[in-house]
Parts: sequence; structure tokens; C-alpha cells
Amino acid sequence: MDWITTVDHKKIAILYLWAGGLFFGIGGLEAILIRIQLIKPMNTFLDAQTFNELITMHGTTMIFLGVMPVIFALMNAVIPLQIGARDVAFPFLNALGFWTFLFGGILLNLSWIMGGAPDAGWTSYTPLSTTTYSATHGVDFYTIGLQIAGLGTLIGGINFLATIITMRAPGMSYMRMPMFAWTTFITSAIILFAFPAITVGLVLLTFDRILGANFFEVGGGGNPVLWQHIFWIFGHPEVYILILPAFGIISEVIPTFARKRLFGYSSMVFATILIAFLGFMVWAHHMFTTGLGPVANALFSVSTMLIAVPTGIKIFNWLFTMWGGQVRFTTPNLFAVGFIPTFTMGGVTGVMLASAPADFQFHDTYFVVAHFHYVIVGGLVLGLFAGLHYWWPKMFGRMLDEGLGKWTFWTFIIGFHMTFFVQHFLGLMGMQRRVFTYLPNQQFDLLNLISTIGAGLMGVGMLFFLANIFLTSRKPADAADDPWEDGRTLEWTIPSPPPEYNFKQTPLVRGIDAFWKEKTAGHKGMTPSEPVGSIHMPSATILPFLMSVGIFIAGLGFMFSRDTFSSEALSFLFNNYIVTGLGLLITFGSMLMRSLYDDHGWHIEPEELEGR
Amino acid sequence: MTTAHAEAVNGTLPHEPEKATLEGRNKVLAFWLFLGGEAVLFGTLFATFLALRNQTNEGPSANELFHLPLVAAATFLLLVSSLTSVFAIQAMHRNRPALLRSWLLVTVVLGAAFLGLEIYEFSEYVRHEEFGMTTSAFSSAFYTLVGFHGAHVAFGILWISVLIGQLVRKGLTVVTAPKIYVSAMYWHFIDVVWVFIFTVVYLLGKVG
Repeated sequence: MDWITTVDHKKIAILYLWAGGLFFGIGGLEAILIRIQLIKPMNTFLDAQTFNELITMHGTTMIFLGVMPVIFALMNAVIPLQIGARDVAFPFLNALGFWTFLFGGILLNLSWIMGGAPDAGWTSYTPLSTTTYSATHGVDFYTIGLQIAGLGTLIGGINFLATIITMRAPGMSYMRMPMFAWTTFITSAIILFAFPAITVGLVLLTFDRILGANFFEVGGGGNPVLWQHIFWIFGHPEVYILILPAFGIISEVIPTFARKRLFGYSSMVFATILIAFLGFMVWAHHMFTTGLGPVANALFSVSTMLIAVPTGIKIFNWLFTMWGGQVRFTTPNLFAVGFIPTFTMGGVTGVMLASAPADFQFHDTYFVVAHFHYVIVGGLVLGLFAGLHYWWPKMFGRMLDEGLGKWTFWTFIIGFHMTFFVQHFLGLMGMQRRVFTYLPNQQFDLLNLISTIGAGLMGVGMLFFLANIFLTSRKPADAADDPWEDGRTLEWTIPSPPPEYNFKQTPLVRGIDAFWKEKTAGHKGMTPSEPVGSIHMPSATILPFLMSVGIFIAGLGFMFSRDTFSSEALSFLFNNYIVTGLGLLITFGSMLMRSLYDDHGWHIEPEELEGR
Repeated sequence: MTTAHAEAVNGTLPHEPEKATLEGRNKVLAFWLFLGGEAVLFGTLFATFLALRNQTNEGPSANELFHLPLVAAATFLLLVSSLTSVFAIQAMHRNRPALLRSWLLVTVVLGAAFLGLEIYEFSEYVRHEEFGMTTSAFSSAFYTLVGFHGAHVAFGILWISVLIGQLVRKGLTVVTAPKIYVSAMYWHFIDVVWVFIFTVVYLLGKVG
């Protein structure tokens, strides 16, 4: 019950981690099934329809329900601590964002047991995703589930923006903020300007499918390419929503374990901003073969290649940070160092794909699959592993085991390169993506076998990680405040795990890497910027949970509103929008309750603080 | 925060009560950000409408459909309601809760009248022109864009009505002031969007 009503950002972080981890596991199993099907030519392990559902759900789950919540988990766990705040700007909205994400994700995955998962690819291209070609409710689960989950992401983005703008500790100017706080800030801005586009896209597709609208139906005057534009004006910035937080994590981990300040801090900040800006300018590079014409292709080709410049700045800054440092290869740092060459390879194939004439050859082959897995798994997932190992003691008060951590790293990264490196060659030799099988003796057989073995090895790496978590959870929570001993930022100045009010006294920040600066000046801790006083805390509440349940019910009701049921009662309830109305009533009723009864919160008094 | 609370308890309000507390300042800032997201949302809907506005699929076209006098009347109602919400905020800054309530009420009534005209317009199209959601890509885009705006108006009416109720129960304080300020921002935003709808959908449909 405590977990359902909590508004504490540290507990919400843990909720995001478990929920995101669960979906990540589901997405991973889907990937393994895909690879088993492709282990040999003409395999009959899966049929074509199931394969389509699996690739759709694998992509959708991993992007929206797997990695994004884990990113949000780290942001929630770390950002208020790094900027010296007692909480986020809107604790209530923070909880609401988590619950809408969870119920959106549950709705999407209900499709497996309620008559067929979405089968039109994670991009849900029209007309494949219209009722003509996808007649089950699968794509409805996609549009409505993602809509609900996306709501939570947008809420989270606005919350982090407001938090970082208004709640930084005294002395922490923008140019003294830790890089992870910076990338969270920019990521949240991208979320704010990218997610409303997919919101509209999903609404239009829902209306086409359920209300019989004609946005993408050529027969009614609609335009399928419109979907691609709307999807990618969101979808390309989404790539940076995923990778920028990983850049932030790497920029925290490498200086800590090189015992040097981050090389070129201000160039890192401006590179981040530039990447975010350019990220909105390049969406049509996903559409070179759609037939936009040579002028559009040339412009989007050049703007895409430009992104390599700020990204290159980042890569070199990380290398220069390690140069001459006293580098310690702890597990988090192994992941961070492994990230650099792996992500660079993904970037290089990105420039290759950005060349429009070359893209006509690479298009819809495994070369593209290899490219984006190098970026998203080799970039983001390695970054998340680095961040999870790095901040685990701060989140849970327990150090993860270093030995098992190293086993996780080596099995995962070797498995990763085995899986995806060979896919570049499969693509160049002409193996198409999204096909459920292939003919023998086209030179695809051996490389596919290697790829599948690699996927299994990545799975083994995940098992090492799970074992590490399980074994660690049985040990006493006795991590030190600064367990890596070279912590540079504010989160390492308070106990692990932090008390619910984070900072007894808000610290005074006197430079970049505030804690490191105090340490090098010979001080033991931070200078407080205020006397010990009464701390105001928000009250726990069930309303965010109820609001999300309401939206969930309304979504299900709307989805089945045009169906015919065998039972009279069910037809009556769904066809007259009674279920939808009931769901909305729960949501709006909860909003009204929130509005009528002010939350005055409660206070932790100074005596209580001193008593600990 | 404590001085602001003390002033509120004594019946005097600080100069800008919506920004007197950290919570209030956060609320106003986050609402600006939210409106940025809303701008992208409507921008995407406008882009969709512009792409599909001539795809009538042998159904009625914009020129045959729209009656500018009706739309002009609706526009007038909504623009005036924006003005009355400005008066409401001015009354709030002068700490006159009764006047504030009256202006909010006028705003809600004008908004409801606008919504009534829109519902009348839609029902006329559906009944007499056989112009429904499924008629053409143009009809889908029209109902979605204008309907989304209408839904925003409906939500605004409900929201401001609840706030009027709060004002009656709790009075004008540093807790209620940011909510009222933010709802006024929302109302202006809806108004600005309508100016674009009037131009892009109706005027361009008649003459473009």
C-alpha cells in the first residue's frame, strides 16, 4: 500500500526500475524467440503472424516500456540529489506519470491474451496498420496503450524541467550543473516538444481504426506518408531522448573513476544542446526511399551528417578525460569504457545510412538492424548498466558484487558484438529485415547461427545481473555515503540510501563537481546554506493510481466500443460507451478530489532530524 | 513562504499572489512549459489539416460548407471571454474576490455559448450536409482539429467552474491564486489557437 500511494521521488525511482525491468525482460524474451526462429533457414519454430507480432512488440516494448522507464528510474533517483533539492517540483505528478506509464504498458501487453498483439512493426506504418491489413485489435492496443504510457512520459518531462529550473541549490548555476542533470534537462525539453506529435499521430490512427476516419485511407482521400512524417518528427528526437541520458551517465562515471574533472565541460553542454536541436531537423532521413525527391533527400542527408560533429566532440572529451587519469576499472567504468568504441561504431554506420544514395541499398536490410542496435543497445543499454552499477549503492544502500558485475559485462558485451556485428554483413549481402525466414545456401546460414548464439550470451549476461541483484539484496544495507570514494557530485554527500528529505540542510555549491571541490579544499563535507529547520513534505495519496486506473478502463472501453459481443449486457456496456464513460468518471472524479481537498503536507521538525 | 502565508491569513494578499510561494512559481512555470507542448500538439493537427484540406472525396468542400456569420459570432464570443478573463486576473491582483468570481463566471458563460454554437454547427453539418467523420479525409481532419479545440474549451469550462467553487469555499489565498492564474493562461491559449483555426480553417476554406 505504501508503494501505491508514495510520492517520494526515490521510491518512484525504484517503482520505475522494477516495472521497467519487468518489461525489459519481456522484450528480451521476445528477442530471444526471434533469434531462435532465425537460427537456421526455413525454420518452423514460429509462424509468420507470430513473428510479426513478436518483432512489433519487441521494438515497442524495448523503446517505450523497457529502456525509457529505466532512464526515468535513474533520473528520479539521482536528479534531485545532484542538484541539491529535497524533492521534484511536483511529487504528485511524478507518481501520476509512473502509474500512467505502468497501466499503458499493461494495456499494451494485454494484447497477447486478448486476441492478438500488434503486427505492423514498431513504427506502425500505414496502410499496414489500418483495419484493411490488420483486422484484429492488435494495433488498437498499440495506439491506446502507447497513448496512455506517453502521457506519463510527458508529465515526467515537464516535471524534470521545472525541477531543474527552480530547485537547484544556492550557488549551482547552470554551468555548474552535473552533466547527468544537463542531459536530463535537455532530454526533458525534447520530450516536451516531440511527444505531443506522436500523441496526435496515435489519435489520428485510433480514429481511423475505431471511428472510420480517413486520415491514412487512400480510398477516402487520406495520405499514408502523412503517418511517416508525424511518426518520425517524434521518432527521430526520441532517439536522442534515449541516448542523451546515456551520454550524461558516461560523463559522470568516467571522471569519477579517472579521478579527473570532465574534459571540456562547457563544450559537452553545448554539444548536448546542439544534438537536441539538430535532432528535430532530420526526421525525413527515415524516409529517403519514400520518394520525397532529391532536394529533400539531400537536405536531410546533410543535416543528419552534421550531428556527427557534436557527437564526435563528446567522444573525444571522454577520451581526454581518461588520458593521464588514474583510471580504475570498476564495473560501472568497464561499461562506460566499453560504451565508447561500441557507440562510435553505431555512429559510423549512422553516417553511412545518412548518405541517401547508399541508403537506397541499405534500406530494410539487416544493416539497418545492426546500426540501430549498436546505437541503442551498444550505447544506451551499456550506459544504463554503467549507471545502475554506479548508483545502485545510493539507491539501495548496498554495493553490487564486483566479480559478478564483471561477469555481466564480459558476457553481455561479447554476446552483443557476436549478435549484431555479423548483422552488418548479413545486411550488405542482402538479408531483409522483418522476414520470418530465409532460404538456405544464400550464405546467410552461418552468420545467423553466430548471431543467435550471441543473443543467448547476452541473455546469460542478464542472468548474471539478476543473480547479482538477488544476492546483493540478502546482504545488509551498509554502503558508505561515498562508496566509490571518489564521488564528485552532491548525491555522494548524504547517506546511502538517502533519508526521505534528502538534505538536512540545503548545501552551498561553490563550483563544478561541488563535492570534489570541497574535498580538494580539505573539507569533509558541504557547507550548508541554511540553518537546520522544519522540512515540509508532501502527503502520500492514492489519487494518481486511481486516475491511471480510470484512463486504463476508458481506453479498454473505447477500444471495444464497435465490437459485437455474444452477451447482451456486454454489448450494451461497450457499444454505448458506458465503460469508457465510467473510466473517465473515475479519472475526472479523482482530479476533482485533488482540486477540492488541498494537500497541506506535513513537517519533519528539527528535533526529529537531530534524533537520527 | 511564511510571510506570504501570514499575509494571506491577515486578509491581505501579496502583490502577485500567484507567484508568492515556490509551489505557485513552479505551477506557473510548468504551465508555460505545458503550453509549449500543447503548441506542438495543435501544430501537428494544423499540419495534418493543411495536408488534407482539399481531399474531399466527392463530399462537401470547405467553400460549400462554412457559414462565416456563424463562425464570426463564435469568434466574437471567445475573444471577449479572453478579455473578461483578463479582468478577472486584474480583480485578483486588486484582491477583490467577489469581482473575480463574477468575471470568471462571465468567462465561463461566454465559453459555454461558444461551445453551444460549435455543437450547433457540427450537428447542422451532420444532419443537412451529410458531412460526418467518415465522409472524407478533409472531414476527418476538420472534425479532429476543431473538435480538439472544442474539447479544450469544454475542459476549460469545467476547470474554471470548479475554481469558482473553490473561491467560494476557500477564498482568495496564495493557494488558490496560482490555480486561477494558470487557468487564465490556458484560456488565452485556447483563444490564440482559435484565431489560427478561424484563419486557416474557415477563412482559407472560404477564399483560399
